[in-house]
Amino acid sequence: MDLFLQLTLAGLAIGSIYACVALAVVMIYQATDHFNFAQGEMAMFSTFVAWALFQATGSIWLAFVLAVAASFIAGIIIERVIVKPVESAPVFNQIIVFIGLLMIFNNLAGWFWEHTTKTLPSLFPEDMGFESTLISSHNLGVIVFTLALLLVVFLFFKFTKVGLAMKAAAANPDSARLVGVSVGWMLALGWGLASAIGAVGGVLVAPIVFLEPNMMSGVLLYGFAGALFGGVNSPGGAVAGGLIVGVLENWARQYVPGGSELGLTFALVLIVGVLMFKPAGLFGRVVVKRV
Amino acid sequence: MPLLKVKGLKAYYRQTEALHGIDFELDEGSITTILGANGAGKTTTLRAISRMVRTEGSIKFQGEEITGLASEKIARLGIAHVPEGRGTFVRQSVEENLELGAYTRKSKSDVADDVERVYAYFPRLKERLKQQAGTLSGGEQQMLAIGRALMLRPKLMLLDEPSFGLAPLITQEIYEIMARIRKDEGASMLLVEQNANIALNLADHAYLLETGNVVMSGEASILRDDETVRRTYLGY
Repeated sequence: MDLFLQLTLAGLAIGSIYACVALAVVMIYQATDHFNFAQGEMAMFSTFVAWALFQATGSIWLAFVLAVAASFIAGIIIERVIVKPVESAPVFNQIIVFIGLLMIFNNLAGWFWEHTTKTLPSLFPEDMGFESTLISSHNLGVIVFTLALLLVVFLFFKFTKVGLAMKAAAANPDSARLVGVSVGWMLALGWGLASAIGAVGGVLVAPIVFLEPNMMSGVLLYGFAGALFGGVNSPGGAVAGGLIVGVLENWARQYVPGGSELGLTFALVLIVGVLMFKPAGLFGRVVVKRV
Repeated sequence: MPLLKVKGLKAYYRQTEALHGIDFELDEGSITTILGANGAGKTTTLRAISRMVRTEGSIKFQGEEITGLASEKIARLGIAHVPEGRGTFVRQSVEENLELGAYTRKSKSDVADDVERVYAYFPRLKERLKQQAGTLSGGEQQMLAIGRALMLRPKLMLLDEPSFGLAPLITQEIYEIMARIRKDEGASMLLVEQNANIALNLADHAYLLETGNVVMSGEASILRDDETVRRTYLGY
């Protein structure tokens, strides 16, 4: 029983990181109708920036906050400079741009910081004030922190004017313009937020998987699986999907014979399975439209 | 000085010229309608004013040249466009749609007053305020589109075929409410319609558009009695 609980809690921790990535992917998807394949590499790059800042300042929290803020601004700049010019280009061109971004960030990180693995300390103290054999302090911190973050994001989109305008701009840009929303800036803001959320995921996952340029390739795949599983047009669903994928993955590693080798296979099976049997995902809303 | 003065307006879809240099104007507090068959350029004219298409020529609003401004800037000047197809934010609630209509406004209490004002015109919307707007009927979505435009406190409303796809009774209901809005608020409207009869009854002035050119204009009451107009557009 203890093992089962341990696996589940560790799964929730890694799952909440997948949830961050899934949410970032879904935010861009809703605005552009495409997956941003570079989301993971952008997060990895942000994590390296956090590592460099940590080396310079000695404070992991300061480095974290600065890196997330820098990622937010960088996300806006990437949208304005690289994505906007291909906005009305054919789908294929846009996908090539996303894949190009992926390779650029991957290679830049390798160039700046080399391909050796680095360690980034946890944001959370070792001593959590009580003893537990069920969950590590880092994992507990990850779960609490990401849930709080996701709650803030949810409240932002639910209750603020800018959040509403961002949703409107993504769903119906023409109408949004006609009520005075600067659609271009809302999309840029969306990229900024997605990039910042991805950075949080990167800094949280780094102490678990080691920091190196390919750190996020697996995480991004799980994030995609989570997003698809929950529903690509449902941010809440993507978060739930990320958490579920994290837990299922951890169970599969332990309980399926040979499962410890099959983590990524499992994510891919899930992606293919969802696409085949329930393309809208578990929580994906089918939009009702009358004419 | 007319509220809106358009001179030599051309509009393009890619390379195709859809408006070939039209002139028209609209006085403050008046309703002007643009009539014409399918493909005459009615919708394009409205889209040109809101800069949803590429244009040439001059568009002056309150004496200021607005050609070349981005669509959202034009909305902020107080031009509320009720687009073809109603432009509903389908995933958002009725309430949120109205809130989006007031996006450019600062004062929360004014906005709250205006929501009540819109509900007074369209009580049916109030019954459905939490409902996802995509699930409303066509007539209700048209009401919501007009309500959303009112939330901007517009100086000029551009209305693209409010009667489109609606049952005659619903069309009549909506036009009655538009007449009330005009009376209560002194609203200025530029109205595009295929249903010439109902539009000419509401409007003060009318322009007839044929394949991108203005072919006739004048007082709505005079056009209504004109032999050619009657045979071509009113069908009796």
